[in-house]
Amino acid sequence: MNPVAWISGLGRRVIAGIGRLGRATLFLARLMPALGAALARGRLVVQQIYMTGVLTLVIVVVSGAFVGMILALQGYNTLVRYDAQSSLGLLVALSLTRELGPVLTALLFAGRAGSALTAEIGLMKATEQLDGMEMMAVDPLPRVVAPRFWAGWIAVPLLAMIFSAVGIIGAYLVAVGDLGLDGGVFWSQMQSGVSVSNDIMGGLVKSVVFGFVVSWIAVFEGYDAKPTSEGVSRATTRTVVSSSLAILGLDFIMTAFMLRGL
Amino acid sequence: MQARGVEFSVGLFVVAGLLALAMLALKVGNIHVLNSGETYAVTADFNDVGSLKPKAPVTVAGVRVGQVARITVDPVTYQAVVTLDILKKYRFPVDSSASIQTAGLLGEQYVSLSPGGSQRYLGNGGKIRITQSAIILEKIISQLLYSKAGQSPGHS
Repeated sequence: MNPVAWISGLGRRVIAGIGRLGRATLFLARLMPALGAALARGRLVVQQIYMTGVLTLVIVVVSGAFVGMILALQGYNTLVRYDAQSSLGLLVALSLTRELGPVLTALLFAGRAGSALTAEIGLMKATEQLDGMEMMAVDPLPRVVAPRFWAGWIAVPLLAMIFSAVGIIGAYLVAVGDLGLDGGVFWSQMQSGVSVSNDIMGGLVKSVVFGFVVSWIAVFEGYDAKPTSEGVSRATTRTVVSSSLAILGLDFIMTAFMLRGL
Repeated sequence: MQARGVEFSVGLFVVAGLLALAMLALKVGNIHVLNSGETYAVTADFNDVGSLKPKAPVTVAGVRVGQVARITVDPVTYQAVVTLDILKKYRFPVDSSASIQTAGLLGEQYVSLSPGGSQRYLGNGGKIRITQSAIILEKIISQLLYSKAGQSPGHS
């Protein structure tokens, strides 16, 4: 192992990473003017919301229900030691609306829809469909990329709200049906402890940010992919990896700011 | 045909998302008590509010009728000034009293109102004069310990 080669390899990776970040930012700057044009042709956006949002609904609803039920079981087992099982509803609702709803939805979305967006745009590039459009003087940014970006951005917050709501219903079923808690206490503790402006709106803000970032990464990686089958497969992997890291890193930063700001 | 199905399912998806948000806001959060148009503000001075926090419930006979809006300190008397938002449909006589109580032994603290007998009622900006501060468990325990220590062993 030659230390000089190792250090220059590290340097090459850092330079490549910074270059990638720069290209992504330039791409976003080029995408911005195309966003308005894409909204003017709303049918394309609706079509993409179907592809990204509606088809992700099943996995989000099923995961949300299971996460809610698991939270209820785990939370009950911890709270019962302090004789505080009446706070179970509050625990579940705060965990879901503040944290798990936005984060898990964004992670699921990156795996289910973000990877598909990257693969689709990357394959269009590999099969020279994007070049073909440019030959016909059709700019692919407003026609292909911007509707997909909008669709992802719109779908993630809606999915996150559905995730939290389904999770709370799942927790309610376990807590009241299986663990024998009182339903009235479950809801009233939740209502007295959850604040709409801080907890629910905070979760909504998070999911809007995650939707933006995941959609941006997905369309950029597709557009930036090497036009080969290997390049598309690498780009798809990178979408999932960098989206997940970006979601968790941003979540830490936003949570720190939101909790300080109280 | 195909396009219609897509549009319908997207519409359904958006409606489901907004319904979920509405459920979170109405059923999980407490937006209905926050509506300031339906409440009036009353203040009460306490010597010690303990761990009372904004948004804590205000109850009468155990039923929630409002919530604590904010807690400040009077710069002259050094008493805690607690502002209570009370739903307009409940009116309280001017000689009502307020006390800070704890739900359960270690639960959250809330303000309990006991109505008085006067014919005149508190309005917006009114003041509750009779108050009872929070009972702080640590103080009672330390008082108990001191009083026990003060007694000679033979008497107890």
